[in-house]
Amino acid sequence: MKEKILTNVRIIDPSQKMDEIGNIIIDDKGKIKSIGKNTKISDVSKSVEKIDLKGNIAIPGIIDMKAFVGEPGYEYKENFRTLSQAALAGGVTSIVTMPNTKPIIDNVSMVDFIIRRGRDKAKVNLFPCASITRQADGSQMTEFGLLKARGIVGFSDVNKTVQNTELMSRIMNYASDLDVLIMQHAEDYELSKNSCINEGEVATRLGLHGVSDIAEKIIIERDLSLLSEFPCRYHINQISSKNSLNVIKKNKSNGIKFSTGVSINNLSLNQNDIGEFRTFLKLSPPLRSEEDRLALIDGVKSDLIDVIVSDHIPEDEESKRLPFAQSATGSIGIETLLSLALELYHNDSLPLEKIIKCLTINPAKILKIDKGTLKKGADADICVFDLEKPWVVKAENLKSKSKNTAIENRKLQGKVKLTLLKGEIVFSI
Amino acid sequence: MATEKKVSAIKNSPRHLLGIQNLSVQEAKKILIEAKSFIKLNRSSSKKLDVLRGKTQINLFFEPSTRTQSSFDLAGKRLGADVMTMNMVNSALKKGETLIDTAMTLNAMHPDLIVIRHQDSGAPNLLSQKVNCTVINAGDGRREHPTQALLDALTIINRKGNIEGLKIAICGDILHSRVARSNIYLMNMLGAEVNVIAPKTLMPTDIEKLGVKSFTDMKKGLDGCDIVMMLRLQNERMQGSFLPSKREYYEFFGLTPEKLKYAKKDALLMHPGPMNRGVEIDTKLADDINVSLVKEQVELGVAVRMACLKLYCK
Repeated sequence: MKEKILTNVRIIDPSQKMDEIGNIIIDDKGKIKSIGKNTKISDVSKSVEKIDLKGNIAIPGIIDMKAFVGEPGYEYKENFRTLSQAALAGGVTSIVTMPNTKPIIDNVSMVDFIIRRGRDKAKVNLFPCASITRQADGSQMTEFGLLKARGIVGFSDVNKTVQNTELMSRIMNYASDLDVLIMQHAEDYELSKNSCINEGEVATRLGLHGVSDIAEKIIIERDLSLLSEFPCRYHINQISSKNSLNVIKKNKSNGIKFSTGVSINNLSLNQNDIGEFRTFLKLSPPLRSEEDRLALIDGVKSDLIDVIVSDHIPEDEESKRLPFAQSATGSIGIETLLSLALELYHNDSLPLEKIIKCLTINPAKILKIDKGTLKKGADADICVFDLEKPWVVKAENLKSKSKNTAIENRKLQGKVKLTLLKGEIVFSI
Repeated sequence: MATEKKVSAIKNSPRHLLGIQNLSVQEAKKILIEAKSFIKLNRSSSKKLDVLRGKTQINLFFEPSTRTQSSFDLAGKRLGADVMTMNMVNSALKKGETLIDTAMTLNAMHPDLIVIRHQDSGAPNLLSQKVNCTVINAGDGRREHPTQALLDALTIINRKGNIEGLKIAICGDILHSRVARSNIYLMNMLGAEVNVIAPKTLMPTDIEKLGVKSFTDMKKGLDGCDIVMMLRLQNERMQGSFLPSKREYYEFFGLTPEKLKYAKKDALLMHPGPMNRGVEIDTKLADDINVSLVKEQVELGVAVRMACLKLYCK
C-alpha cells in the first residue's frame, strides 16, 4: 500500500483532545504516521498519494456498539456484505454484532463461524458478542472464558433480560474474575408483558398496551445493587427515560462503576412520531415522551451516558406490515447514525466533540479495543464528513438489505464523504 | 328524497370511517342527521331501499360479535347492498395468512365496502392502506368503535334533544374499552362534559389528556350526570390480576338503583352490551324501561350503520 496524506482537514479526535486543521499522514501499513497541524507535507515521500479533503472533518472511524447482522439464519434481512456497505457509507468502521442470530451465538463453534464468515464477506472490523445465557433464555450462563478466548468482546442477550436475580448475581460474580463485559437490556418482563409502546397518552389514544419506564428502572436498580456487591464490567445497552437516568446519576455519585448506552432513536424521536401506527417506530426500549428525550440529551451532555448506538435492526417488510402489536420491533440505522447525531449538533442540543466521543473513544474504552482513536500508530480507520451537506433520507437509497428506517424523508444536515479502513479507501462519494 | 340529495351533494367526504378521532364535527353531525332519517324507515313495514343497489359489502369479523355484526348485516341489506359476512375467528389467519393477504384476496373480488372488526388496535388503518374500497371500523382492539359512539349519540339526541351541555358518565373497564374511547371523543366533540369512573387498575394512563375528568368514586363521578354509560367487564379481568373479585367490583362500581340516585333525577342509563347482570349492573335496573336505553341503542344502531354505509360508500 502506498503512503497517503490527507490534507486540508479539520481533525476532531476526542481521544487526544484534538480539534484542529491539519494533515493526516498514513504509512504504508495503514497506520497513522503523523497527525495534526504540525505535520509537514515535506515529511512524506514523493510517491505519496495526496488527498485534499477541502476543509471537511475527519474523525476516528465510528464504533457502533449495537447492530444486528442477519447471518446466520436471517440472511434475508441483512448479511455481512450489506451490513458492512451500510456501515461504511455511514462512517462506521467497527461494528459490535449482536448474537441473536439463528442459531444464537452462545458457543465456541458459532463464534469461529461468524468470525470466518465476517472476515470473508465484510469489509469492516467486526467485534462479535455472544449471549449471556444459553439460547439467551435467561437460565444458564454461557462459557464466558472460552468465548472470550475466541474473540468475543462482550456478552449480551440483546433484547432480552436476565430476569432471575440469583443467576444475574452469579453472572456478575463469575464475570468479574474473567474481566468480561456484561451488556444488559433492562426490561422487567412482568411489567412489559404484551406491551409495544410507551405508557401514556399516545398509548391510550392508539389503544395499545403500554409499558411504563419503571420496567426499565427496576432492572437497572436491581443490577446496580448487585454490582455494588459483585463489581464486574457492566454496561446498560440502552436507556430510554429520565427515571432511569436519575438512578444512574445516584449510583455514579455513589462510586459504582458501569457504563450506559442510548440509541440515536431515543435521542432524536419521541412517542408522538409513531403517528398512526408507524410500525418502523416500534422499538425496544420504546420511544418515550419529549421530556424523556430531552433528559437523555442532558445525560449525554453530563457524561451519565457514554455511548450512542444505532440499534440497527433490519426487518423485512413482511414482519413490519402487520397490525402494530404483532409487527416486529426495531429499525435500521447504522448508515444514518452519524448524520442523525449531527442533527443534535445543528439544533444546539449537543457539542460536536461530545457526539464524536460517544461514537468513537468511549465505546472503544468500554470494549477495551484498540479503536476509536487517530493517535500515532493506531489503525487509520477514518471517517470524513461534510458537516453542512443537506440531504433527505430515502429508504430506497440506503444500503441495508432491509429498508425499515425510522426516519424516512427526514431532512438531515451532514453526510459522510469518505471512509478509510486501515488506510484504504472503502467508501467515497 | 330531498334529504338524500342534500347529503350526497356534500363533497370531499372521507373514504374510510376509521375512528371518531379522524372525524370533524360537521362529519359527525352529517352522519347523525342522515341516521335520523332512517329511524322511521326501520319502524315501517317496508324497510328496503336501493341506495346501495349493485354494491358489495363484506363484513370481516376477526372477533366474535352478535349485535354489531347483525346490525351491519341488516343495515347493508336494507340499503340494497349485497352483503357477505365472513367470520374470521377460526379462519385463514390461523392458517398463517396475514391480514394484508386476506385483504388483498378480498380486494380482488371488487367489494365497495369492507366492515372490519379486529382484536388489534390499528388493524382497520392498515387495511385501509391496502384496499381500493371504503373501510368501516366495527371495533379495533381497545382503540375505537366509532359506530357504537355514533349510535349512542343518536340515542341520547333522540331522548334529550341535544348533547351540548349534558354531563355524561362512562363507568367500568375504561382501560380495555374502545367504546369508552370513541364515546369520549364524540361526546366531547358534540359539547358534552365527560366523567370516567373506574378502579385505578382499569383506568388508562393520562386519560385526562383526552378531555375528561376521572373518578374512582361513583358518588362523585355520577354527581349531576344526565347520562350514565356502563361498560362490560370481562370475566378474565375479575379474577385477581386487575380486581380482587366480582363481589368487590359490584360493591363499589356496579350500578344499583341507589347509586343511580347520585346522578340527576332524570338520568338515563346506557350499556353497549352484552351485559353482565349482577356484575356491573343491577338486573332490574337494566330492564327498567323508564331509565334504561339499552333496547333503543340496539334499534338505532341499525339506522346509524345505514347512514355510515350510505355516506361512505363511493
